[in-house]
Amino acid sequence: MSATTAPTSALGGRAGHGPVSFSPTYLALDVRRSLRNRRTLIFLVVIPPAFFLLFGGGYRHSDPDAFAYVMVSMAVYGAMIATTSTGAQVSVERSQGWTRQLRLTPLRPFGYVLTKVASALVLGVVPVVMVLVAGGFLGVDLSLAQWLKVAALSWVCSLVFAAFGLFVGYLVPAENAMQFIGPLLGLMSFFGGLFEPLNMMPQALQNLAPWMPTYGVGLVARSPLTGSGLTLLHVGDLVLWTVIFSFGTALLFRRDTSRV
Amino acid sequence: MNNTIGSTGAATSVDRRGAGPSSNSAIELAHLVKKFGDVTAVAGLDLQVRPGEIVAFLGPNGAGKTSTIDMILGLSRPTAGSVQVFGLSPVDAVAHGRVAAVMQSGGLLKDLTVKETVQLTASLFHQPRPVAEVLQRAGITEIADRRVDKCSGGEKQRLRFAMALLPEPDLIVLDEPTTGMDVEARRAFWTAIREDAAAGRTVVFATHYLDEADSYADRIVMVRKGEIVADGTPAEVRAMASGRTVRAHLPNADQVMLAGLPGVTSVELRGDTVLLRCEDSDAVLRHLLLHTSARDLEVTSHNLEDAFIALTGPGGSPGSGRAAGTGRTDHTSTRSKS
Repeated sequence: MSATTAPTSALGGRAGHGPVSFSPTYLALDVRRSLRNRRTLIFLVVIPPAFFLLFGGGYRHSDPDAFAYVMVSMAVYGAMIATTSTGAQVSVERSQGWTRQLRLTPLRPFGYVLTKVASALVLGVVPVVMVLVAGGFLGVDLSLAQWLKVAALSWVCSLVFAAFGLFVGYLVPAENAMQFIGPLLGLMSFFGGLFEPLNMMPQALQNLAPWMPTYGVGLVARSPLTGSGLTLLHVGDLVLWTVIFSFGTALLFRRDTSRV
Repeated sequence: MNNTIGSTGAATSVDRRGAGPSSNSAIELAHLVKKFGDVTAVAGLDLQVRPGEIVAFLGPNGAGKTSTIDMILGLSRPTAGSVQVFGLSPVDAVAHGRVAAVMQSGGLLKDLTVKETVQLTASLFHQPRPVAEVLQRAGITEIADRRVDKCSGGEKQRLRFAMALLPEPDLIVLDEPTTGMDVEARRAFWTAIREDAAAGRTVVFATHYLDEADSYADRIVMVRKGEIVADGTPAEVRAMASGRTVRAHLPNADQVMLAGLPGVTSVELRGDTVLLRCEDSDAVLRHLLLHTSARDLEVTSHNLEDAFIALTGPGGSPGSGRAAGTGRTDHTSTRSKS
């Protein structure tokens, strides 16, 4: 950074130095702001358990494994909505000139992206907890270790969608990125096997599923249920999508910060 | 009131933080050029702003004011030339809190409150001023808990000003800060800025309101098509459109004869009224009274608006007028400055 090479006299003996990478206060206010939004709250708190009942309710007594499958899938789905929409907020905040305003502060441009990812992950906790608590009340029977693993994996996997949200947020100029993301997430979830157990779907859809970014996430998050453990392939799938979206975001981000 | 701090007086005021010898200027623009494709927004600006000056950047829309300000703030890169702010690159000057800005619009999150916005911004600076203090200095303590989207244009602008005060910058840049405000809000906004600048802060503002430049700046830099066409105190810039206008009621005026009078630069007939732009109004008045039937004579000196039109209009001549040092003064302005 050129700041270190600047003559100290030109800095006027000011205490404190140069660029800032992260501010916990910014993160806290950003999370609080999202939680104040009624619509966001509905998507975080109400929709994920409701979808769990809608898509999984039928299996509750007939097929406990399928019921648990849908529970975890819906925890993933909820976290995915939370993280994607938070990531996609950059679209709105860019159009409102907020990112430009931040460039008049010592916050590094990348510090903003970091804050958005952190904010997305914090909010992603909410739907995971809501769905798993609902599952527990409705009789899903897992060991403590399984509960903890399922919760942690559903949450960690949503990182890929924080990257996806950022990617879309930097790609779509309009204020209404979410209106386009919502249906897209729904389709990806359906075809990736989050709404219905894959082995109950037609063969053609089963063949299509592995191409969805939602597929690997579901497999990894559900791995504690099946006891099959994590395979390198599935983790690799997840990592690959994260890399793809992060790389795309990085490209768009650089274009965005150099243009202005 | 503003002319008591002439530009020469301002030059002697010292940067409060004792900037080093490399940074005698608050802003130093050298051969600054900004092109957008084929369009040249800024065409080789050279400008020095000394610490403590209050400078108005005056020009019509599209004159290159915002492009220049963006480069001073490091929001865009010059196509050619250089920008230094207190001897630093703009990005470093921002990172060290030496410069802050009040932008014309945007830059606020609608669903935060006023106070939260300031808290958030404060958390991004090293050793910011206390939030309560900047709210008070910007005059928005009473609306601290109001959501940003419930604030009026003037309140939002004072919020931006409060945010700009956080790092206690040596230079504040304002880009058309009062656009869309009513008269009362404009006055309140400038009062806050003036009180603040009294402590010695350098202020640069872009505006296309002439009265704003006239009332609040020590120095006016007039730009047109990306070039500086005038640079001086408000009085000096006014004097650039020198001379007076004589207005008289004179039916059947002989336009050719009037145009031939010594020192008359233009003659305009409006029905029975004649308007004479001239260098020597005394001679013109004497002639009109002695040799014609003219009555209801009126003499006005040119105000800043005339200078503005003369210098920034299509017929203006860029580069022709550096007012500074010409020593011309406008002793009989009809405008009284408050």
